[in-house]
Amino acid sequence: MKIIPGGVCEPGTTRVNKTGGWRTFRPIYDYDKCIKCKLCELLCPEPAILPKDDGFFEFDYDFCKGCGICANECPKQAIEMVLEEK
Amino acid sequence: MAVTRNLDKDKMVVVEGSYSVAHSVKVCKPNVISAYPITPQTHIVEDLSQFMADGEIPNCEYINVESEFSALSALVGASAVGARSYSATTSQGLELMHEVLFNVSGMRFPVVMTVVNRAVSAPINIWNDHQDSISQRDTGWIQLYAEDTQEIADMTAQAFKIAEDKDVLLPAMVCMDGFILSHVYEPVVLLEQDLVDKYLPAYNPEFVLDSKDPKSFGAFADPSTYTEFRFLQEKAMEAALQKIEDAANDFHELFGRYYGGLIDEYETEDAEIIIMAMGSIIGTIKDVIDARRSKGEKVGLLKVRSFRPFPKEAIKKVVKNAKVVVVLDKNISIGLNEGALFTETKSCLYNTKIDVPVVGYMIGHGGRDIPVGTIENIIDEAKGVISSGIKVESQFTDVREELI
Amino acid sequence: MSPKSETNSRSKQLLAPGHRGCAGCCDAMAAKFTLMGAGEDCIVVSPTGCLEVMTTPFPESSWEVPWIHSLFENTSAVASGIDAALRAMGKAGKTKVIGIGGDGATLDIGMRSISGAFERGHDFTYVCIDNEAYMNTGVQRSGATPFNAATTTSPAGKVSFGNQRPKKNMPAIMAAHGSPYVATTSVAYPKDMIRKVKTATETVGPTYIHAHAPCTTGWGFDTSKTVEIGKLAVETALWPMFEIEDGEVTKVKKIKNIKPVEDYLKMQRRFKHLFTMEGGEEEIKKIQAIADKNVVDFGL
Repeated sequence: MKIIPGGVCEPGTTRVNKTGGWRTFRPIYDYDKCIKCKLCELLCPEPAILPKDDGFFEFDYDFCKGCGICANECPKQAIEMVLEEK
Repeated sequence: MAVTRNLDKDKMVVVEGSYSVAHSVKVCKPNVISAYPITPQTHIVEDLSQFMADGEIPNCEYINVESEFSALSALVGASAVGARSYSATTSQGLELMHEVLFNVSGMRFPVVMTVVNRAVSAPINIWNDHQDSISQRDTGWIQLYAEDTQEIADMTAQAFKIAEDKDVLLPAMVCMDGFILSHVYEPVVLLEQDLVDKYLPAYNPEFVLDSKDPKSFGAFADPSTYTEFRFLQEKAMEAALQKIEDAANDFHELFGRYYGGLIDEYETEDAEIIIMAMGSIIGTIKDVIDARRSKGEKVGLLKVRSFRPFPKEAIKKVVKNAKVVVVLDKNISIGLNEGALFTETKSCLYNTKIDVPVVGYMIGHGGRDIPVGTIENIIDEAKGVISSGIKVESQFTDVREELI
Repeated sequence: MSPKSETNSRSKQLLAPGHRGCAGCCDAMAAKFTLMGAGEDCIVVSPTGCLEVMTTPFPESSWEVPWIHSLFENTSAVASGIDAALRAMGKAGKTKVIGIGGDGATLDIGMRSISGAFERGHDFTYVCIDNEAYMNTGVQRSGATPFNAATTTSPAGKVSFGNQRPKKNMPAIMAAHGSPYVATTSVAYPKDMIRKVKTATETVGPTYIHAHAPCTTGWGFDTSKTVEIGKLAVETALWPMFEIEDGEVTKVKKIKNIKPVEDYLKMQRRFKHLFTMEGGEEEIKKIQAIADKNVVDFGL
């Protein structure tokens, strides 16, 4: 790292900070219940929900902090929060 | 080098000091001017507004902000997208900018700002002293002080060149004495556009806010990097020492005028008494020195043009053979009973082999007149220092005892 | 995770993950929705606050759009300078200038700055993320803290039910500046917020979005409830969502079954004292009166 005058930073570089380590509860999809409504992806504050080629989504556990908004808001209860095992 | 003025009489016009500054700003082609009116800076912003109304400054926006705080804040945004940026203020306005001053220098935006020096409240007072800008000496801004209306006009262009230099990238205050310079009409040569175009390269910062190359500006630095940010600002100030000299020399070459770089000297070569000062008081001191020299008294003048960066080495070189140094300050650090130029001059001589007594006079507060007689008395007292040592190290000048 | 999905989907994220926002952070949601509404050709200015601190610890940045932080109280002035410079340098038109700040930075300490910028008519959009207190410094009262909410500088105590003043009516103030477009929204309604930001950024002149933003840490609720509580604020009529065009309220989000304010209050630590202190019931009635007045005023 070199400090350039004023301390200008490169875009998107917080990706080196894997916030997944903060997580206490891990979200898990039940793809049988998922209707691909995209609400979880839209709401995720990280964002740590990524679309898959088949239209479903997957969690980016590198960054998911386990807030549980996705599970709380899912209209089909397709996301379960399970305790992380260390 | 002594002052040189190849003043082409055909080109000279009688204008107000404020106009000479506004004209210089115009020919430096700023992209954004952002300012809030305050006495005695108003004539500068009025003149610039008229230039804008007459379409005389191309590719420029003038922002009529709602406060000095926003005046300078707007220039943070403007500089960050690559605009050459200018403001002008004084006194209370400069004090209101205090927080932003640190921000601009820390973010390394080369804003140029005219400070029309004025006393600070309370009691409220609109007349000249240097308390306003001196109080901002630690904000990381270059501070240059001009002696007369031609110098302030020329110094304005020099300030853009110094500030925007890629080895510097620091904001600069160009200081002129309120009313004494801002409201006086004198013959000057207004800066020629073609010469300024040759003198001042375009401002092309390496990083700007641009969606095609989206950088982030103004991140917070924790204890692991904050020290280095400060260190780099100090290094930039040190680089500015030479750039200020270069800017004056380049200016001399193109325009034929020179007033010194970091400092200027007048009759110092064999001087036993050296007076140090900044700003418009220089003219009065020179007159007194001429009179004393005609009587064979070895009195000289060290004019400080750059207060930040502080020209330690240049000062040492000039005063090393003197018998006494007398520093005049239009400011005071209350609680120390010293003016800043005095304190800092003393400090730069400590830990050296130079053993010269230094005495300080605080003078001209809130526009108090500084007559020739006051300078005469100071020189006479300096002679006493040579013969019998320092009696009073630092003192107020011309205090009206009957009011206390 | 396949490398393909990484390149495809992450490249669309205008606010990158790895930021230090709390789990369930309303600021991160507000910033994300703002960028979804504005698109990538924008320049963002943020004041000092949670959003700034959590997204830009040097040398990192979460922002994938050009972004600048200067000070706490000058966001709108910095945006003014950007707008002026873009015009001066012939770059105006496409790039949208956006300020995103918290309630304190907007309607307390930044009031002078935003008022000046709106009066001057700069072409920019200001998004206020209103989480109703100074969260970055530890939940102190702001001018946007609602009536009877407990904060660390307006705590409930033996002789106090917390903050004794209603929220400053910032949307009305900004509309009074002659803004062509002012809207209230909530992070609990992302599609509403994205649409309103899009409208605001596509409208020429100074436009204002005031986004209600429930803060898990400051308000005291489980991290999974950010959206649920945001919806309850709207459904109880404590947070009316409307649009003002050229000074006239033109659109209001109607509420089908208005819920009692208790439903909203009881889920938050900051209102807990209203349910435990003697006289709390009367205080809740006063809050209900605020909601009832909103129903009348906005025809909810």
